[in-house]
Amino acid sequence: MKVVLGKDLLAANENKAAKNRELFDQAGVLVVNLISSPGSGKTTLLEKTAQFLGGDLKMGAIVGDLYTDRDARRLSEAGMLTVQINTEGVCHLDAKMVARALQEMPLTSMDLLFIENVGNLVCPAAFDLGEHVKVAVLSVAEGTDKPAKYPGVFRESGAVVINKSDLLAYTDFNVKNCLADLREIKENMAIFLTSAKTGEGIDQWYKWLRELKET
Amino acid sequence: MHELSLIQNLLNIVMQSASDNGIKKVSSVALVVGENYGVLPDALDFAFHVLTQDTMCAGAALVVQKKPLVLRCKECLAEFSPQGATCRCTYCQAFRTEVVSGRELYIDYYEGE
Repeated sequence: MKVVLGKDLLAANENKAAKNRELFDQAGVLVVNLISSPGSGKTTLLEKTAQFLGGDLKMGAIVGDLYTDRDARRLSEAGMLTVQINTEGVCHLDAKMVARALQEMPLTSMDLLFIENVGNLVCPAAFDLGEHVKVAVLSVAEGTDKPAKYPGVFRESGAVVINKSDLLAYTDFNVKNCLADLREIKENMAIFLTSAKTGEGIDQWYKWLRELKET
Repeated sequence: MHELSLIQNLLNIVMQSASDNGIKKVSSVALVVGENYGVLPDALDFAFHVLTQDTMCAGAALVVQKKPLVLRCKECLAEFSPQGATCRCTYCQAFRTEVVSGRELYIDYYEGE
């Protein structure tokens, strides 16, 4: 007997993501899913964000990593409420993992929740976690061609942070070409050129987060 | 390796449906995978083989039908499959595109008795 199903494999994830989104909306918390390669500076960007916006907005972070809790500890020290998820080798977070982590997260006492996804430019883009916006973080050391080579994640993102601008002089990263590629992949996307380490350009990122929180 | 969790989802869906339909043994499962998903057929096969052991799907064939990534150019409205890494329109070279197909990930059908 042949049984035709036409059933989406990710439907279970989509349902769980919709439930997460409902919880976020009820609590009035803005949720940002940060996606990047390993080493782009996501954690440093969040540390800096906590340092400068911490007095203004109450922030939390759900941190996805394969094994360690090193990033969560850093963010906790920076003043964020953090919950660590260890995926034990899985290359992305899914909505169920986030739902589990939310049980430990006091959402109602929070304005802004970051989900720091596992470092990977491919798989995380395919899994809706219930976030309001995805942000792709790219460092100049990775090369100008990353958006053109991994358009999927950039197409899904509402903003891109091009980080480690303090290293521009030591790389052949071409900001103009990268911006042109990003604009062509997706119009009207917010783009920030920052150094989370020195704080350069990061005020525009704060401003965008604050405005997004207010709308 | 998100193939393992994908195949686990697939098995949950197929086994639930098989039990609803009074099917005791599944002989094949057809899965449609869009090229944009970045899943590896070999890894899907491996995960299917490992996870079906001791289930009603043990020994079943996994038939993977790949759907190519097709984009529509927002400038000239042509539909095309991008060549290599770039998403640039093969007709007018514009970069602004939207996905027409290639994001599918669904079970088409399964067979069993």
